Amino acid sequence: MMRLAMALVLLLPLGGAMAQQDSGAPAGGAPSVQSVAPEVGSGRGGTNNAQQPSSSDPATQTGGPRPAPIPPKPRVAVEPIVAPPPFTARSDTDATALEAQRAEHGGVIEGAVSIPNQAAGILVQPAGRDWRGFRTRILTIAGAVILLGTVFILAGLYLLRGPQRIDAGRSGRTLHRYGAFERMNHWMVAVSFVLLGLTGINITFGRTLLRPVIGAEAFTTLTWVGQAVHQFLSFPFVIGLMAMVVVWARDNLPSRVDIAWIKAGGPAAKGHPPAGRFNAAQKALYWFVVGGGVLAAVSGYLLMAPGLLDNVINQQWAHVLHGLMAMVMMAAILGHIYIGTIGTEGAFEAMATGRVDYNYAREHHSLWVDERVAEARRLAAGAD
Amino acid sequence: MARMKFLCDSDRCIECNACVTACKNENEVPWGINRRRVVTIGDGKPGERSISMACMHCTDAPCAAVCPVACFYGTEDGLVLHDKDLCIGCGYCFYACPFGAPQYPRVGNFGGRGKMDKCTYCAGGPQQDNSAVEYMQYGANRIAEGKLPLCAEMCSTKALLAGDGEIIASIYKERVQQRGYGSGAWGWRTAYREELPA
Repeated sequence: MMRLAMALVLLLPLGGAMAQQDSGAPAGGAPSVQSVAPEVGSGRGGTNNAQQPSSSDPATQTGGPRPAPIPPKPRVAVEPIVAPPPFTARSDTDATALEAQRAEHGGVIEGAVSIPNQAAGILVQPAGRDWRGFRTRILTIAGAVILLGTVFILAGLYLLRGPQRIDAGRSGRTLHRYGAFERMNHWMVAVSFVLLGLTGINITFGRTLLRPVIGAEAFTTLTWVGQAVHQFLSFPFVIGLMAMVVVWARDNLPSRVDIAWIKAGGPAAKGHPPAGRFNAAQKALYWFVVGGGVLAAVSGYLLMAPGLLDNVINQQWAHVLHGLMAMVMMAAILGHIYIGTIGTEGAFEAMATGRVDYNYAREHHSLWVDERVAEARRLAAGAD
Repeated sequence: MARMKFLCDSDRCIECNACVTACKNENEVPWGINRRRVVTIGDGKPGERSISMACMHCTDAPCAAVCPVACFYGTEDGLVLHDKDLCIGCGYCFYACPFGAPQYPRVGNFGGRGKMDKCTYCAGGPQQDNSAVEYMQYGANRIAEGKLPLCAEMCSTKALLAGDGEIIASIYKERVQQRGYGSGAWGWRTAYREELPA
């Protein structure tokens, strides 16, 4: 009995708490979900006994000087926004007409793409047709004419005129003409140029000349190796060309002697007009090879790394420049090889051994011989 | 045999790029290579139009004419395909192609190009039809299975049409007649020397 009473005493406050909680719940019969009643409080209507909120701008004091009213802003001339034509009136784009126009007057049909390769935005480039004509017709025909023409001219020259002999015969004494570095550099450039030329000719003519002979598979292997050779050998060629600029540019600067040499008839002159270390024709070849080599190298490297020229039109022009330059340079070098080997007696040993016969030097490079002899005399005098 | 062609009705193309995705998926095209792309002319301006473009399989194809190793060949469906075993990746076909179709994986020396890859019209290559090696090199050969290229099959608005050139041209002409306008068949003058009325 006592224990029961204690339990009741303990439960009493608990029951009181529960009763308090229950008082917040809706009365029986009321809907469980009730709409939110508008809050009624100070300044929100209801009983109008609350304090009114003060205005955000305090009332101006009466009697004081009133601030001047702000004048209205002057009207600013606004350019009327031209309404675009309605969407239904579509632009009179006509694919056929657009393509015809671009094909006629050049240019590309271009748009936007959502892929990373933005160069793919060129939809149609009719210039490819012109480049095709260059590669299949102009370059092959012009190249064949230039190269074969040069070979024919040189062959005719050899057969009709024969090699140019040393008029006075060999003296038996030699003169130092090219140092070891000059010769090594020359042969580095020469070997790479010949291989560059042969692999380039293979790219241009091989399909017609070589492929039917050796078969498609073998030709692909050859051309694959050839293009790798072409790319790798461009480096010794360009480096050697730069070295040539360093060692030979001074001796190749044009001078008055060259004008006299040309006026006397140049290579076709009777007798031997005086010339320095290099005659005017050699100088012309030198500058042509340097200039043409730089152009061919720059255009070639641009083709080698297609990422540098992201525009296909520029790549076409790079190829045009490279192809034409290479053909003309090959013709010029064919002439150079002829004159330097079978065309002129005593010329080849200059690049082979570095020394030339005294009489050869006296006939072809008289001023240079005078210079060398004077220098030798001075040295000899100094040694005494 | 039929002369297969592509035709993109730019008045229907909504630039959803489903053709691009379908092509990539069907042919397992490597990352960075887009055999097909959607070009939007006048993007964001009134009258903008999108054209889905890939290799058009030209009549007298320029790529085939300039290839130094002659790796291109034509099929009896008039498709222009190439032999990757013969390709040397020189890039000439890309210079000549009016549509920028040839793609290169760029794995060669000096930032070179690697073997060229382009749309095959889902017709594979010179290997045995539907062989594993053909799939590896060129992707699917749906033509051998009697199906059309997946890009055109997937096109939600039927803007991109593939099939016999005469049939798709007549479908397009009918559309133009019914709706009263059309910008013409993009690339047809350049690729096929054929003009469709706009």
